Amino acid sequence: MTDQHKDSTPKIVLQGMTKSFGDKQVLRGIDLEVAAEESLAIIGTSGCGKSVTLKCLLGLLRADGGSIRVDGEEMINAGRHQMENMRQRFGMTFQFGALFDSLPIWENVTFRLRQRQHMTRQQARDAAAETITQLGLAAHVIDQYPAELSGGMQKRVALARAIADKPEILLFDEPTSGLDPITGGVIDRLIIDSVNRLGATAVTISHDMASVRRIADKVAMVHNGVIIWCGPASEMDNSGVEEVHQFVHGLADGPLTLAAQAEARRG
Amino acid sequence: MIGFLQNIGRTTLAFLAAIGRLSLFTLAAVRWTFLPPYYLRQLGRQMVDIGYFSLPVVGLTTLFSGMVLALQSYTGFARFSAEDTVATVVVLSVTRELGPVLAGLMVAGRIGASMAAEIGTMRVTDQIDALDTLSTRPMQYLVAPRIVAGTVCLPFLVLIGDLIGVFGGYLVGVYRLGFNPSIYLSRTLEYLEISDVTLGLVKAAVFGFLIALMGCYHGYHSGRGAEGVGRATTNAVVSASILILIANYIVTALFFG
Ligand SMILES: Nc1ncnc2c1ncn2[C@@H]1O[C@H](COP(=O)(O)OP(=O)(O)O)[C@@H](O)[C@H]1O
Ligand SMILES: [Mg+2]
Repeated sequence: MTDQHKDSTPKIVLQGMTKSFGDKQVLRGIDLEVAAEESLAIIGTSGCGKSVTLKCLLGLLRADGGSIRVDGEEMINAGRHQMENMRQRFGMTFQFGALFDSLPIWENVTFRLRQRQHMTRQQARDAAAETITQLGLAAHVIDQYPAELSGGMQKRVALARAIADKPEILLFDEPTSGLDPITGGVIDRLIIDSVNRLGATAVTISHDMASVRRIADKVAMVHNGVIIWCGPASEMDNSGVEEVHQFVHGLADGPLTLAAQAEARRG
Repeated sequence: MIGFLQNIGRTTLAFLAAIGRLSLFTLAAVRWTFLPPYYLRQLGRQMVDIGYFSLPVVGLTTLFSGMVLALQSYTGFARFSAEDTVATVVVLSVTRELGPVLAGLMVAGRIGASMAAEIGTMRVTDQIDALDTLSTRPMQYLVAPRIVAGTVCLPFLVLIGDLIGVFGGYLVGVYRLGFNPSIYLSRTLEYLEISDVTLGLVKAAVFGFLIALMGCYHGYHSGRGAEGVGRATTNAVVSASILILIANYIVTALFFG
């Protein structure tokens, strides 16, 4: 699916993106390219900076340096207005859902829709019900509050909120972690559908290799603050990079030790 | 020695940075308050929370303060046979000073803490980031309604608190100290001027602004995890209380001069 878009501008280009917290350098120069209508999966050990990478991309955290281009437009020193316009094209889910506790599910799901266009209460509720039933949730859930739902249900509502107004670019931070395999499968299919049928571009952080194989055209692995390998999903097993091999097969022995992770985290 | 100086330098820099951050936050908060869109439902929710649900706390505080004030001033003034000034002392102290300050401190504990905890939790659970990704400015959606509600509601709370405080003084004056009710009331009103009440209400508005600002600021910049939210909550209450006492002096001095 990538081939016919090879020569158009990539949707997202990160070059040498760096980010430190205090004197701990988390990102040491991330280079990444995502073509339009491509589905990229980002893998890497916990705490290696995957979530920070997505947050920097959207300007939720300010990257310290490097270049971030969305549709060719440089965002690294973008003003507020430019940043807000750029974010409108994105839908994002957060690792822990980040649903608004004080609002019922239907208001959560239609939050952005209702910021952008006037909707009656009934229209919004219908839209919310339609979106969450796609994700295998019962329609009556729309009147409940986030705290009343299980973790897996919250994750699906968060996903519904991100895709409700069909954004061009989707960022998913561990959308299937902690879910049963069947629900995970439903979410994978939703991501695949968004890319294949709606023409969205997707970046998904995932630890679930089965899911990565289903959803991703391309896979990038983050380690020590850089992308150590990036290639087609089909070549993941023959990357020739020890860390990738270890991660993909979940091996306890290899260069990715817990000690090395702790080291990296200390900066 | 070098280490000591370094420490002082670092602390000073951190302090100045915090002042700068707070100033920027304040400017942004005020600016976004006046720019559309306005989230009226959020505003209504905050007004109910601050204005209505603080009534019992403020009422009880001012009631007993008015009562104790009547007793104490009676004891004091009886020593030079000026007992009949009790009503005047009570009403002036309550409207000019005790009403706004006590209500301010109580509301700082109640509302400052809950704002910092709520916004801080939203920060650490990425809800504030989520707002940003959903075409909503957190400054307008979260901060502006709280600041408006705080500034508008506190004067009303204090006005009601003033009435209750004066009533407390009246109860003690009439039922404990044996004043004639109608004389007590006329004494209460005799020397009271509009400017006394206005001063109290101006103070209340300033305090309400400071309480909401501190709650929002500390919540917004909350550190990570439950610990970060806990610290934000404490800082919000402590800083709001201190600022209230400082602002109290400044406003009084301005009106005085
Ligand atoms: N707001 C923050 N302040 C300080 N450190 C942070 C912050 N966000 C993330 N980090 C640190 O950055 C590193 C990468 O975090 P993250 O991107 O969340 O990891 P993951 O790859 O598991 O998503 C971690 O060591 C984390 O402690
Ligand atoms: Mg993460």
